[in-house]
Amino acid sequence: MKHSFLDKYSDLDSAVHRIDARVKALCALGMIAAVVTTPVERALPFAAYFAILASVFLLSGIPLRHILARLLIVAPFVLLFAVIAPFVPHYSGEAGHRVGVLGLRYYPSGITMLISVTAKAMGGVLCIVALTSTTPFSELLRALERLRVPKFFLALLSFAYRYLFIFIDEFERMKRARDARSFGGKRWWHMQVLGRMVGTMFLRSFERGERVYGAMAARGFDGAFRSIRPLRIDAGDAATGAAFAALVAAAWLAL
Amino acid sequence: MSAAIEISNLQYSYPDGRAALRGLSLRVERGDSAAIVGPNGAGKSTLLLHLNGLLPPQNGSVKIHGMPVAAENFKEIRRRVGLVFQNPDDQLFCVSVFDDVAFGPLNLGLGPEDVRDRVSESLAAVGISGYEERSPHHLSFGEKKLVAIATVLSMRPDILAFDEPSSNLDPRASYALMETINALKATKLIVTHDLAFARATTKRTAVINEGRIVAEGPTERILSDAALLRANGLAADVHA
Repeated sequence: MKHSFLDKYSDLDSAVHRIDARVKALCALGMIAAVVTTPVERALPFAAYFAILASVFLLSGIPLRHILARLLIVAPFVLLFAVIAPFVPHYSGEAGHRVGVLGLRYYPSGITMLISVTAKAMGGVLCIVALTSTTPFSELLRALERLRVPKFFLALLSFAYRYLFIFIDEFERMKRARDARSFGGKRWWHMQVLGRMVGTMFLRSFERGERVYGAMAARGFDGAFRSIRPLRIDAGDAATGAAFAALVAAAWLAL
Repeated sequence: MSAAIEISNLQYSYPDGRAALRGLSLRVERGDSAAIVGPNGAGKSTLLLHLNGLLPPQNGSVKIHGMPVAAENFKEIRRRVGLVFQNPDDQLFCVSVFDDVAFGPLNLGLGPEDVRDRVSESLAAVGISGYEERSPHHLSFGEKKLVAIATVLSMRPDILAFDEPSSNLDPRASYALMETINALKATKLIVTHDLAFARATTKRTAVINEGRIVAEGPTERILSDAALLRANGLAADVHA
């Protein structure tokens, strides 16, 4: 089975896709920093951020559906927060309006807070979506490596990415085997079966871990992660990165 | 001259006490191609894991080109012995084919140019040049097997050991793999219960059962001994 939900569309070819992964990673990081440190009362910078992100997505040719689907990831958190925020004071001594139900009070600053969290979360997720949808995962790892992210952490990421799909396949096969033999039964029974499946998955992953380590040791692995870094950053990439940084900085500072 | 592989009186029991190898002895000469055939649970895979010290001998000894398999020789022995595991998903743990094939050479401490040469040379040897940037989870099972072989070829081993190379392959992929293996220049040890595969790829065959070698000789002779095969779970009793 083929899965590519993590870096789907990363193998398209566009102006954004062609930019060096390091430049993109730095741009995304810088932009996230800018987004989360901008007070939400200043609407203009936020308009600028979203305009920048929109143009990146337009240039990259990633379908809108995909971007919206990814945005849904933050929806549950925002929703939870939306339910709570208006009823919690956000600075001491804030006067609340009595709502009349359960002794709850309504605080106007909660709405501002809600807008702020939503806008920042969306901005952050969009940055990450822009990065991961225009950069194949292997290149992203290489970029992070060149940006001196510890190798151990990268190895962890790369194993997670490599085996996630295999575990999903394995779990789906197990589910099929269960469904083929499972007829009716009580909810409690289903929970028990699911519990055992999770246990089996754990054991299988553990065993696979041992076999993979064996394969690594067989090829001379001694605990150090090594790699060669093909450097192919060019003046154009650097200029693009600088221009992007200037744009974000302008939105952050001046507006 | 010392043999490529020399195993004498090797014994191994699993952590739960079950014996896997019970005094196994085997000699494979340099440049030979040998098959080890036997039923499920005969100790075939356990034997392979001893060839480069992934399992240390509990009793008896394993020598590679005269060098005992022991912790102080692991680096050299793991360079010389290339193990191709049964499940390529265990062997291919990187996010790209290039990274996987380069893993061994990088651990040998080679420079970028040499590593790149080794990767293209190894992919060419198994007939999949140009696969460098593919990711393993987008390859077919047969392609994964070939990449798995390339990952050990890149260390330029003297000995290649394959664990059930033809398992899960359709006949065409299996045939292609035979040709690939036959074209490789090294001492080859092929562990399998696919007798046709053994016949097509090896000159000598040893029969393993219950942790011991019970017969050894030219492949043609061993594999045409119906009584021997039947006695060791390699042929079924057919009542006509």
